[in-house]
Amino acid sequence: MKALVVENLSKNFDGLQALDNISFSVEKGERLAIIGPNGAGKTTLFQLINGIIPPSSGKIFLFGKDITKLSTYQRASLGIGRTFQITNLFSNLTVFDNVLLALEAFNFTRFNIFYPAYSYKKLVSKAEEILNEWNLLEKKDDLVKNLSYGEQRKLEIILTLSQNRSLLLLDEPTCGLSFDESKNFVSMIRSFSREYTILLIDHDLDVTFEIAEKVMVLHFGRIIAYGNPEEVRNNPKVQQIYTGEER
Amino acid sequence: MREPKYNLKFIIGIAILLSLLVLLPLFLPSYYIGLFSLMLIFAIFSMSLDILQGYTGLPSLGHAAFLGIAAYIVGLLNVKVFKGCNFGIELVAGILSAAIVACILGLIVLRSKDVYLLMILLASSMMLWGIAFKWRSLTGGDDGLPGIARPDLSFIHWNLGNTIHFYYFVLLFFIVSGILMYLIVNSSFGHILMGIRESEIRMQSLGYNTWLQKYIAFIISGIFAGISGILLAYYNGFVSPSEFHLVTSAEGLIMVILGGVGTLIGPAIGAVIIILIKNFISAYTEHWMIILGLIYIFTVIFAPEGIYRIFKKLLER
Repeated sequence: MKALVVENLSKNFDGLQALDNISFSVEKGERLAIIGPNGAGKTTLFQLINGIIPPSSGKIFLFGKDITKLSTYQRASLGIGRTFQITNLFSNLTVFDNVLLALEAFNFTRFNIFYPAYSYKKLVSKAEEILNEWNLLEKKDDLVKNLSYGEQRKLEIILTLSQNRSLLLLDEPTCGLSFDESKNFVSMIRSFSREYTILLIDHDLDVTFEIAEKVMVLHFGRIIAYGNPEEVRNNPKVQQIYTGEER
Repeated sequence: MREPKYNLKFIIGIAILLSLLVLLPLFLPSYYIGLFSLMLIFAIFSMSLDILQGYTGLPSLGHAAFLGIAAYIVGLLNVKVFKGCNFGIELVAGILSAAIVACILGLIVLRSKDVYLLMILLASSMMLWGIAFKWRSLTGGDDGLPGIARPDLSFIHWNLGNTIHFYYFVLLFFIVSGILMYLIVNSSFGHILMGIRESEIRMQSLGYNTWLQKYIAFIISGIFAGISGILLAYYNGFVSPSEFHLVTSAEGLIMVILGGVGTLIGPAIGAVIIILIKNFISAYTEHWMIILGLIYIFTVIFAPEGIYRIFKKLLER
């Protein structure tokens, strides 16, 4: 079954063709890495799939359902989770509150206007459990803006993973993590069940090639190579882009 | 913010503050008790604005629309329909009118953000001001609607014509509104509003229909502003277009900023200070707006986090 199908997708920002008529599909459970130089359109592609910006043309299907016209939160409810390249957290709230907000997204509690937020024991203990797993429990009452960059990046991943979404869009998840943390992250993603489909953008090609089964190379908004990591690595066009040699 | 909300210090602080408010009539001459009624009315107003401004991150220069419509509905019912006070109906109608205006305005304005939102709300409230000003046959135009009778609570031996009794009447509304708003901002719903304030895009990506959450917050905020409008109509005994005016909205906004955005207690303190200063200064000069502007500038430069947070820091030292 196809988890994601992208058909003739284009995005034009006032004359700048960020994505130019791209089509691809991802099988359920597949791990696809999207690589390419800065400005290739990788993050734009994520924003289109995530629904934060509308496409200029083209269609997106999630598990066979056309989601092109749906809003971001509706797509999230259908199973899309996303991490952000530029850390996008609730900086003036505590670490704990950040996780709680992620857990509450599809909980009835979100419309409860009088009952205190911390009185939902299940959610609270779940949040503490997650923070413990990631070694952030000690910092649970710290404001997010006072965390180190690495810790913020960790939280960025936690928020998305804690929701158990079936299609994960990870935008440079290991950027800012230490070598060890990055290794842990890779082995964690590799251990994920095949219920999860993963799209990954990462500048660290080691991370990319370790996680991904398929690699797609974007350049100036076009797909210039697609295949398994070995094929892509040996593709002369890709080598040209990455080494900057003349054609 | 996971402030230690249920800790002893906080509860004791609130208890002391409340008992002071209850005992106030024992110390102060009745002129000041009247003034305090006005402060509490505007405290409800500024706290309601803070739900939008401080907790949801939606700035408003049109909050007077809710206060004004509720005041006018009470005035019209009181003066033109009942020729006296029918408190139950007027209270419900006032709250409903504010809620309805919020429902309609929310549909129109909540697509926009930041300065645009501020300006659209400003324009909307000034449109209502225009209606109140021009529709003389209904609203009395510039003269407003005089002769609004206060509720008759003689069955519990309260005479609201009496300044002190009226003060307790307002205090009751202040306490109930304050508790409700406090519960709301500390609920899951309130936390979600703060999430929207911090990053709306992230909230959407997490799966929140942020528009709906903001819409509900907008209506809740409007309802509490409406309550302050109802009380203001009884307090003054008349309503005039100035209830809708930008100046009322701006004063509310400055109360919030001066006291401390996103704290609820802060805006209430802001209301006390602004009403107090306004009262003294208007005795000497008509140029209250200049002073208000100066207060705003000084706050933004020297105490951008607001008086309440500065006070709290001093206490914790």
